[in-house]
Amino acid sequence: MGFFLETLFGGLMVGMLYSLIAIGFVLIYKASGVFNFAQGAMVLFAALAMARFAEWLPRWLGFESLVLANLLAFVAAMAVMIAVAWLIERLVLSKLVNQEGITLLMATLGIAYFLDGLGQTLFGNDIYKIDVGMPKEPMMVLESVFEGGLLLSREDLIAALVAAALVVVLALFFQKTSTGRALRAVADDHQAAQSIGIPLNRIWVIVWSVAGFAALVAGIIWGSKLGVQFSLSLVALKALPVVILGGLTSIPGAIIGGLLIGVGEKLSEIYLGPMLGGGIEIWFAYVLALVFLLVRPQGLFGEKIIDRV
Amino acid sequence: MSNRKVGDVILDVKNISLSFGGVKALTDISFDVREHEVRAIIGPNGAGKSSMLNCINGVYQPQQGEITFRGQHFKHMNSRQVAEMGVARTFQNLALFKGMSVLDNIMTGRNLKMKCGLLAQALHWGPAEREEIAQREFVERIIDFLEIQLHRKTPVGRLPYGLQKRVDLGRALAMEPQVLLLDEPMAGMNVEEKQDMSRFILDVNDEFGTTIVLIEHDMGVVMDISDRVVVLDYGKKIGDGTPHEVRNNEDVIRAYLGTEH
Repeated sequence: MGFFLETLFGGLMVGMLYSLIAIGFVLIYKASGVFNFAQGAMVLFAALAMARFAEWLPRWLGFESLVLANLLAFVAAMAVMIAVAWLIERLVLSKLVNQEGITLLMATLGIAYFLDGLGQTLFGNDIYKIDVGMPKEPMMVLESVFEGGLLLSREDLIAALVAAALVVVLALFFQKTSTGRALRAVADDHQAAQSIGIPLNRIWVIVWSVAGFAALVAGIIWGSKLGVQFSLSLVALKALPVVILGGLTSIPGAIIGGLLIGVGEKLSEIYLGPMLGGGIEIWFAYVLALVFLLVRPQGLFGEKIIDRV
Repeated sequence: MSNRKVGDVILDVKNISLSFGGVKALTDISFDVREHEVRAIIGPNGAGKSSMLNCINGVYQPQQGEITFRGQHFKHMNSRQVAEMGVARTFQNLALFKGMSVLDNIMTGRNLKMKCGLLAQALHWGPAEREEIAQREFVERIIDFLEIQLHRKTPVGRLPYGLQKRVDLGRALAMEPQVLLLDEPMAGMNVEEKQDMSRFILDVNDEFGTTIVLIEHDMGVVMDISDRVVVLDYGKKIGDGTPHEVRNNEDVIRAYLGTEH
């Protein structure tokens, strides 16, 4: 029982991190109908900016405090992500208003490669560390209930809490502010939103900035776990099955999808792995996504697409 | 009908031509709209009524001609800029924000009146909070006016069609427009709903002095509530005048009854 719970918690925490990236996809898809292939590149770009600023800023400004360095680097990296959002809107999206979805998808594919290259040009292409003081050693809990207790990774626990907090903040932003209301309006109907004077361009900059923020948080957490390197942009591939499972238009869907996949891949690895020769964790998410595409293509929480004939 | 005064020309449409590729949607259309009047655009299906409305609303940019609103030309303006000038609209096929409540839908109409920054809203900072409350009061008045108090918190997608049409009108009214464009406000309604909607339109016109440009198929309704009527057929203007004049115009009768051209 103890072992099962350990696996379950491990899965939930990894799942939360998948959700974090998936939320980036959902935000942009909801507000502009664009499937943003560049989300992974944005994660890498944000993490690179964070890692390098944390290294450079103390040297430029002549201070040593790690906390201050991380704080300033976070602000600087966020500013960079907002600039990226603004440039993407200016140079790409505003030129492609009312184009086919496939055109926009290809454009984001271009943005992805461009960001990958630009990030490495600006910030270097080594492996960098992000050290935000995440505790590395695991902890034991519930020793009185289970024999030997449960071994939990503190790093994962903190990451999961941060992700959960981010989700709450985003939910409040969407539900409680008038800008959030405008974002939901744009997501529901572009034309109507414009007719009541909601500026599409500004909304898009905001959405891409928020997605950039989600990418930054994801980048910091993944980066401090795995190091900041090119493979970080591939983590986003794990988020694809999450959005297929949860539905492209639903933020709760992205969270639950992430948790399901995180838990599913861990449990299947442990309990089905020995029967199938192991290695399930790598492909489990994709097979699950495939099944969903066949049975319920709109995902668990996505809107059903009904076309008028 | 009422004691409001029809004023000077507020919206002037001059020689508008619009085509999509080789298809001519509108050919050389001119008409004007006077302040405080109810102006109808009628015509058979495909006559170009919605295209005309979309030109005024900035959705389409006509290839020729110009539209003047209170002395300002608006060629090459997008919907947002038109909205800022004080023109609101409703849609033929409802374009409401379906997942949002009635209240939120109408609140979006106040978007242009909201001045506080994003950060202030997020932190519920004093002025932002007061602004939200003030706007909410205005929206509550609209909700009372349209008699949809009971449905305030209901997601719009769940309301019956007639009520959704009212919410669409409410969202446009929330902008406090000078000119209100209504694209078939009564399409698909039963007699009772049509009567309600006619009453709301006349009340808006009466109480707020809003100028109204509407497209409508139901001739009975049009003749009852409009001051002047423009008739389009195949993208050309074939009649313009009071309901009485239009009713007796031979071109109009021919277009509607389908006798030989």
